[in-house]
Amino acid sequence: MQEPHTNAQLDLSDRRLINRLQHGLTVSERPYAEVAAALGMGEDEVLARLRGLLDAGILTRFGPLYNADRMGGAFTLAAMAVPESAFDYVADIVNASPEVAHNYRREHRLNMWFVLASEDPERIDEVIRNIEQSTGLQVHDFPKCEEFYVGLYLEA
Amino acid sequence: MRRAADTTVRAELSLDAVDRRIVKATEAGLPLCREPYREIAGRLGISSEEVMRRMCDMLAAGVIRRIAAVPNHFRLGFHANGMSVWDVSDTRVSELGARVGALGYVSHCYRRPRRLPAWPYNLFAMVHGRDRTEVLEKVARIADLLGGAKRGHEVLFSSRILKKTGMRLSREVTLGTRQPVLTVAGDR
Repeated sequence: MQEPHTNAQLDLSDRRLINRLQHGLTVSERPYAEVAAALGMGEDEVLARLRGLLDAGILTRFGPLYNADRMGGAFTLAAMAVPESAFDYVADIVNASPEVAHNYRREHRLNMWFVLASEDPERIDEVIRNIEQSTGLQVHDFPKCEEFYVGLYLEA
Repeated sequence: MRRAADTTVRAELSLDAVDRRIVKATEAGLPLCREPYREIAGRLGISSEEVMRRMCDMLAAGVIRRIAAVPNHFRLGFHANGMSVWDVSDTRVSELGARVGALGYVSHCYRRPRRLPAWPYNLFAMVHGRDRTEVLEKVARIADLLGGAKRGHEVLFSSRILKKTGMRLSREVTLGTRQPVLTVAGDR
């Protein structure tokens, strides 16, 4: 499925706003007025454009981006080598766990990569064992040892 | 496989019930009105000053990474996504990982354990581009940066999103998009 919209539809003000909003805002009483002043727009124009970009799905979110792992959660990145013939079947089993937050197919012998998140570190090991038992496949687990950067900036 | 001991040391701000209510009230986003913190305060029955102070504390402690927009990379024309994985000498991976993470086009950068013999890579850097060629050009620049400290690498392009529901942190708090997404994309 090719999504229909690309940045061709965005005007210059939208692009400047998207780029500015990807950088962090400070906490202040009138945050949109501060953005507006920096971009030479009106506060209400910023709000209207932001609402439009969210409604159109060009932005998926605007607001505080929480770092789950500072809130006491446990995470890991896991990968499996899934035979083609069983791929959808295994994807259904993996996706059925609420602890699986994201799951991507990637082009590699290890062709299924998913993130597991839970409040309870032991729960992650349980889910991995359950997936191994249900599928008969080994789950490789790559917990983070050191975080260097998290944040997406894409120039609109 | 142990997990408890292998995460990095974190300075934890312990969130109290009011903080958690603020998290819950803002999980879907900051209100789109002139005074968003006053609006949150009204919903929670506390002062806007208290909301702002607590959110500043959460920012300072890293509980909130940023207050910012997250673009749909596909909609902005970034159709290709490659997870580049690198086998970097253990003595240099921390220093070099920080430099790779600082590159503008790297969205996530982590050191993770090797799983020998199947998986020799200990540095993961996610790269986005308008197409695969652009991703590979960026990967080549990472290779230059790593220089002689790099023993090997691969790029794993994503070809399909199988699930994207966001993280569930507590019984009460759900972050990220709420609807499960199942899409088939030609090249992402």
